[in-house]
Amino acid sequence: MTSATLTSGATLGSQRVSEDVRYYEDAIRLFVIAATFWGVVGFLAGTFIALQLAFPALNLGLEWTSFGRLRPVHTSAVIFAFGGNVLFATSLYSVQRTCRQFLFGGEGLTKFIFWNYNIFIVLAALSYVLGYTQGKEYAEPEWILDLHLTVIWVLYAIQFAGTVMTRRESHIYVANWFFLAFILTVAILHLGNNMNVPVSWTGMKSYPFVSGVQSAMVQWWYGHNAVGFFLTAGFLGIMYYFVPKRAERPVYSYRLSIVHFWTLIFLYIWAGPHHLHYTSLPDWAQTLGMTFSVMLWMPSWGGMINGIMTLSGAWDKLRTDPVLRFLVSSVAFYGMSTFEGPLMSVKPVNALSHYTDWTVGHVHSGALGWVAFISFGALYFLVPVLWKRSQLYSLRLVSYHFWTATVGIVLYITAMWVSGIMQGLMWRAYDNLGFLQYSFVETVAAMHPFYVIRAMGGVLFVIGSLIMVYNLWRTAKGDVRIEKPYASTPHKAAVGAA
Amino acid sequence: MAQEKKGFSHDLIERNTLLLIVLTLITVSIGGLVQIVPLFTIESTIEKVDGVRPYSPLEVAGQSIYIREGCYNCHSMQIRPFRDEVERYGHYSLAAESMYDHPFQWGSKRTGPDLARVGGKYSNDWQVAHLVNPRAVVPESIMPGYAWMKDRPLNYGDISDVLKTLRVVGVPYTDDQIKNAKADLEAQKNPDGDTAALMKRYPKAVVANFTGNKTVTEMDALVAYLQVLGTMVDFTKYQSPKQLQQ
Repeated sequence: MTSATLTSGATLGSQRVSEDVRYYEDAIRLFVIAATFWGVVGFLAGTFIALQLAFPALNLGLEWTSFGRLRPVHTSAVIFAFGGNVLFATSLYSVQRTCRQFLFGGEGLTKFIFWNYNIFIVLAALSYVLGYTQGKEYAEPEWILDLHLTVIWVLYAIQFAGTVMTRRESHIYVANWFFLAFILTVAILHLGNNMNVPVSWTGMKSYPFVSGVQSAMVQWWYGHNAVGFFLTAGFLGIMYYFVPKRAERPVYSYRLSIVHFWTLIFLYIWAGPHHLHYTSLPDWAQTLGMTFSVMLWMPSWGGMINGIMTLSGAWDKLRTDPVLRFLVSSVAFYGMSTFEGPLMSVKPVNALSHYTDWTVGHVHSGALGWVAFISFGALYFLVPVLWKRSQLYSLRLVSYHFWTATVGIVLYITAMWVSGIMQGLMWRAYDNLGFLQYSFVETVAAMHPFYVIRAMGGVLFVIGSLIMVYNLWRTAKGDVRIEKPYASTPHKAAVGAA
Repeated sequence: MAQEKKGFSHDLIERNTLLLIVLTLITVSIGGLVQIVPLFTIESTIEKVDGVRPYSPLEVAGQSIYIREGCYNCHSMQIRPFRDEVERYGHYSLAAESMYDHPFQWGSKRTGPDLARVGGKYSNDWQVAHLVNPRAVVPESIMPGYAWMKDRPLNYGDISDVLKTLRVVGVPYTDDQIKNAKADLEAQKNPDGDTAALMKRYPKAVVANFTGNKTVTEMDALVAYLQVLGTMVDFTKYQSPKQLQQ
């Protein structure tokens, strides 16, 4: 455990903690290592199942390796294993600093959360491969694993909220609003969507209380807000701490952060029914879902503007700091996919896009561009700090990672746009005699080249993440690569001279 | 940020963790409550339709395998009311048709075709051949093969417990159906046996030795499930609300 040097007489808000205060960092390091590991695993799994769609022989004819069982492994690995560990690392790292307080409950609790969460991940992945699943997207773990996760999450909520409550700052920093909203809402969603009755107390199989149309609504209330709170609010918390820190600029607008926080968390929860347009879900619910999804565009861009404009007066750093480039590009991707999302939630657009690869492309522009990029930025920020190194092993390698991953994303989403829109149009095409022009399987065959391109995008993304692993590993070892430094700009030089 | 003005100031929320937590909980609860609660209370949410019945024991077992293999990752079971979908797949899906699905199987992606009305569309033999090796019957298919499933014995020792659990969550299985679950499951696999009781309890159930095995296999169950999908409602007699208005 790191040494605690807080002065015992420190009281709430008034007294400054001495500069050399060292917060709990051992457990944060574990989360960083796990996040890096699961990131690579999740990207590899995604690339593998992408290749299965292009080359079905890769299903291998084994029950454990079919697309249907591996796809949840991929989604859970990237969302909950990679994203989850990143969120634990960043939230528990930054909350100590923004509250000038050690983690409530002690570092032992953090380590308990770490080991249990990662054991949960391993058990969940194993259970999918062995065929135990609730069969609900992004909520596949069976009831016993759900209970395990509930315990972990309650402890996390206590540790985080407890730290905020015992803070030595008068105000709760904006990043912590988002982290709190993420933790609380994910708890509600997890409980609400996993109300199941097990067939027996010694078996894995269970059945949910709700069925059919209600089941669909509850699932997409959960599913969309897993995106909205796990992958958005939580990662906005990361943005509000790490972008200003790395850019060494204050958050652009305090007022905007208030407005977009409350509107974002209020509106997001309504957006679920846009996953169920034109289904047996009643029209009133679909219309509500569409309306709120379109409105959601505004607070989403409020967050994007607040993140990007934080660079005011520091734009030159994008040239010299590839870590900041990751952070800022992620916010730009966030802006792009939160424009595309409302667009796709409009019913006539959704009539074309739904059930196609366009949705998959949309998800990945958010997941790769926003979630993964801001995570990479945060990891590159954290490793030198946590391992007490003066700098990263190599900024050049960060830049190589950035461009490799960016090209990968571009290949991925453009391939999915083309294949999705093409397939949607082929399904509804009529020939001049008034018959459906294409059989279903003709549309499947037409997807092949795009599935190959998409998989290549995935390969590039994996290569980028391996560059990161190497760079972080050498950084942790304390190595510094001999390379051409990024030149400071004339603007900066002028300021320095003055 | 201290404000000089009187009245509400966000400053208060930023200083009080509990207040922030409570306001956040209220803010994130409203949308979900408004959208979910009425689905349980408004009667017209699920149409009154004749013919939709709980799944037979073999079909329930088949649905478990459908879920286990993650078929829903690539197949939807929800036909939208568009001309092309109705021509390709059949009558648009009714809420009533999935009211006994715990959980729903509407899916979100059509990497493969919609299966809401796949029942009866292909023969039992075609379904088995297709599951064993999809590319043997559809060369362009990218579906995984499930040859290993064909001869694997179905584990159905707990089938009456499964039906009981489903009754707890709202599927109206009768005592009679639960008591005879095991016998019904085996009867559906044996076309030479006495199936009258089964057919009375589960009208339109497809009875066949699907895979040709002596024992009931997992693929028997899966094909029995696939063959009943979308067949329960007689659409020659069904009138949609819109048709009634005209």
